[in-house]
Amino acid sequence: MKKPGQPLFLARRNYRRRRLVDAARLLPVLGLFLVLLPILWHPQTTPQADTVAGGEYLFAVWFLLIVAAFAVSRLLNARQPPEGDNEDAR
Amino acid sequence: MVPFNILIAVCLAYVCLLFLVAFAAERRAERGRGGWLRSPVVYTLSLSIYCTAWTFYGAVGYAARSGLEFVTIYLGPTIVLIGWWVVLRKLVRIGQAQRVTSIADLISARYGKSNLLGVIVTVIAVVAATPYIALQLQSVTLSFGVFASGTPEGWALPDQSATALWVAGGLTLFTILFGTRNLDANERHHGVVMAIALEAVVKLVALLAVGIFTVWGIAGGWGAIAERVAASPIADWPLAPGRWIGLTFVSAAAILTLPRMFQVMVVENSDERHLATASWAFPLYLMLMSLFVIPIAVVGLGELPAGSNPDLFVLTLPLHAGQGKLAMLAFLGGFSSATSMVIVSAIALATMVSNHIVTPLWLAMRAGGARAPGDVRGLILMSRRVSIGGILVLGYVYYSLSGGSAALAAIGLIAFVGVAQILPAMLGGIFWRGATGVGAALGLATGFVVWLYTLYLPSFGESGLISHEVLANGPLGIGWLRPQALFGIDGIDPLLHALFWSVSLNTFAFVAASLVTFPSPVERMQGLAFVNAFDLDPTARGWSRGGAEAEDLLTMAQGILGAEEAQAFFEAEAAAQGKGGFLPETTPDFIATLERRLAGAVGSATAHAMVAQFAEGAAVSAQDLMAVASEAQQILEYSNQLEAKSEELARTARQLSDANEKLKDLSVQKDAFLSQISHELRTPMTSIRAFSEILMDPELPDEMSRHYAGVIQEEAVRLTRLLDDLLDLSVLENRKVQLNVTVANLHDLIDRAVQAASHTRPERVFTIHRDFPAEHVPVITDTDRLVQVFINLVSNARKYCDSERPTLTVNVRKRGGRITIDFIDNGSGIAKSSQTLIFEKFSRLTDTQRAGGAGLGLAICREIMVNLGGTIAYLPGQGGAAFRVSLPVRPAGRAEPKGA
Repeated sequence: MKKPGQPLFLARRNYRRRRLVDAARLLPVLGLFLVLLPILWHPQTTPQADTVAGGEYLFAVWFLLIVAAFAVSRLLNARQPPEGDNEDAR
Repeated sequence: MVPFNILIAVCLAYVCLLFLVAFAAERRAERGRGGWLRSPVVYTLSLSIYCTAWTFYGAVGYAARSGLEFVTIYLGPTIVLIGWWVVLRKLVRIGQAQRVTSIADLISARYGKSNLLGVIVTVIAVVAATPYIALQLQSVTLSFGVFASGTPEGWALPDQSATALWVAGGLTLFTILFGTRNLDANERHHGVVMAIALEAVVKLVALLAVGIFTVWGIAGGWGAIAERVAASPIADWPLAPGRWIGLTFVSAAAILTLPRMFQVMVVENSDERHLATASWAFPLYLMLMSLFVIPIAVVGLGELPAGSNPDLFVLTLPLHAGQGKLAMLAFLGGFSSATSMVIVSAIALATMVSNHIVTPLWLAMRAGGARAPGDVRGLILMSRRVSIGGILVLGYVYYSLSGGSAALAAIGLIAFVGVAQILPAMLGGIFWRGATGVGAALGLATGFVVWLYTLYLPSFGESGLISHEVLANGPLGIGWLRPQALFGIDGIDPLLHALFWSVSLNTFAFVAASLVTFPSPVERMQGLAFVNAFDLDPTARGWSRGGAEAEDLLTMAQGILGAEEAQAFFEAEAAAQGKGGFLPETTPDFIATLERRLAGAVGSATAHAMVAQFAEGAAVSAQDLMAVASEAQQILEYSNQLEAKSEELARTARQLSDANEKLKDLSVQKDAFLSQISHELRTPMTSIRAFSEILMDPELPDEMSRHYAGVIQEEAVRLTRLLDDLLDLSVLENRKVQLNVTVANLHDLIDRAVQAASHTRPERVFTIHRDFPAEHVPVITDTDRLVQVFINLVSNARKYCDSERPTLTVNVRKRGGRITIDFIDNGSGIAKSSQTLIFEKFSRLTDTQRAGGAGLGLAICREIMVNLGGTIAYLPGQGGAAFRVSLPVRPAGRAEPKGA
């Protein structure tokens, strides 16, 4: 939803911030995708037990998501616009 | 081995430490040195009440039974937290703007400050909390049992139920002392938050310590653990996709809807930016808590005798290895998990019960209503204390009924599915303006009933509230209503079955009812404020007018906020308005601020109701506002109409002023006419008088007297003609002329006119060009009058045409039902500025004497033509003076031909 009077193109700084907000919005989607991925495995069908590998995968994903969330939240805080919040500006 | 007495002593000492910490934090906050009390670290740690005894003990048991499935309980919240920007941030913003006191308050405030919804959510939350609290009781009881029995294997106390009762009693006292010491205006409990932050550290350290000891102390490193995992029964855990998805979803929902999570995440939040830190720090905490779960489970399964309760591996493993102090730490960790959960949960639930059930009931029952509430603080605090006790009693009852035997994780999940019922109403409320209170109430009720029937009641076991008979065959033998196989769909995991049906039927009812119902005005305003929380001015208010007595309001506010705080608030508000004293003007802004302030103590629905009592009559509310809005709409329409009318009036006024101008002109014309007429009459009269005087002289020669008599006669004729003309004009102008309509040939009429006009300036050689064939046109009209017009035109041409060889061209044309006759001479014509004047009376362009007329000719022509239903006009651009006479072939209606 474009508000009247909004510029069509943005300065680089604002552009970057909006993409950052996009990233913040999409991060849970990525997280959900990675977390639900194990459904495609069938540990019980393979003779070789792969619980260890599964656990390693899940904790690796977990750690990755934490690092990503850390980066996003730090950048978002650092690039906080001076006044208020231009939230729904896309 | 730790003696039981020492265990009790350590517990008491730990509780005392928590008290001290809480007290110190409270003191610090009071002295305004909150500082690090409100740091993001403390906020993140306080979120860790998500990890209860279920996590501390139950996760290992869960892992021992179902392998990696336990992580879903922590991955769901991880996804919600890393997606903080989307949901949590909005919740926190709304929570702060609306001074929300609990999740029930959020739902109630969103759907028009409806207390019914507050009650529904409170009931769901209380019922769903009972298994959860029972779980804490069970785990603490079990852990006491481990120490009491002296051996890791035999963990049963002589009287388990009595232990649970003691634990429940102790926790009640603990929570009451902690949570209801005072009634915070904004429901923030710095002391409690600090204490649970400390407990969060204790449980993390304890679990990590046990984990590290297990991995490196017993197993000998990660490699060995991996080998053990591969060799253990865990290796064969089946990943059920349905459960994997379902549990991730339900845990994600639970972190948003659990009353205690809402309490620490939204209500206790003092700064939105803390969420940014929590977004990665809390998942990190969860990950650390989960890191050693599998190793402990595997090592426990391997080391401890078969039949040991896996839920207690965290405790029994160190004991088995002879690590008494580590076991003690683990016990404290478990104790911390249980107590922090119970404290916050009980506080949150008690707030909901007192705000949405007790206070409204009490206000309704009192004769004076909210007008003279007295000291409500005492009542509210007491109701909260009683509620805390009641909630723990319910937990204990659940524990007793369920037999205290079920696995911890299974009990916890029942609670999760229960509170997940709030999710549709909550998310719908903050993202969808179309969500209505009726929809939310129906959805919540549907989900709650389905959950009760399919999961909660069956959880008491077959000897419990739902008999084996009903479970197997459905109520009254109706197969498709079997609690664990609704609609005859059999063979689903009972938890998944309950989750699927309750949440989907809930959502369906919510959406469907929202689509067909119409929200009340307050609801629509609140919906707007919630959904557009980031766009709107948070002070958008519902009070259209003030008018309540400031003194009454102060009395009421003192009863709720406490005398000192209420007076300080009123004084500050008065100062902000530039007034001294304690009584500010009761402006709508002030009343809205007061309502929000009160909402922080008693919830939005109650606060709204209380303020409404005072502002009633003089004020109130969104209904009024909407009414005003529609009134404004009407006024707007009315003013538009007025505008249109005034435009019309202006037009009429313009017309009137035009008419007035015309009248003035006419008056001037009349004066001019009179002076003209007198002048015209006087000139011949003067000469008649003069010559008649001369004639009186008897000595006048005969010849002279004859000449003078001739002059007198000539002048008399002129005078008569003038009077005739005037009379004629007057008759014509008044449309009183009697027309003698006959049929004639136009050619003859023109002939007559040319003939008659030849007397005018007979000395001039005048050529007339005519088109005879075209002139043979029959006309039905007053022929004499028409000829009069023609004569006038022809003689005018004869008189005024200034050409050397004057010619007159007569063109006749018949078009449609009209005949046009043009008379065009070859003179210099008439100047453009004069063209409009020539048809006026007494307008003569040239010298009067030369014309020999009074200047009435063309005026009479025009009147004749109007009377004949035709026109006469000057035709410019013909190379000379040109007149066009136009008349209908037969007169329109007015006059019928009389004979031929």
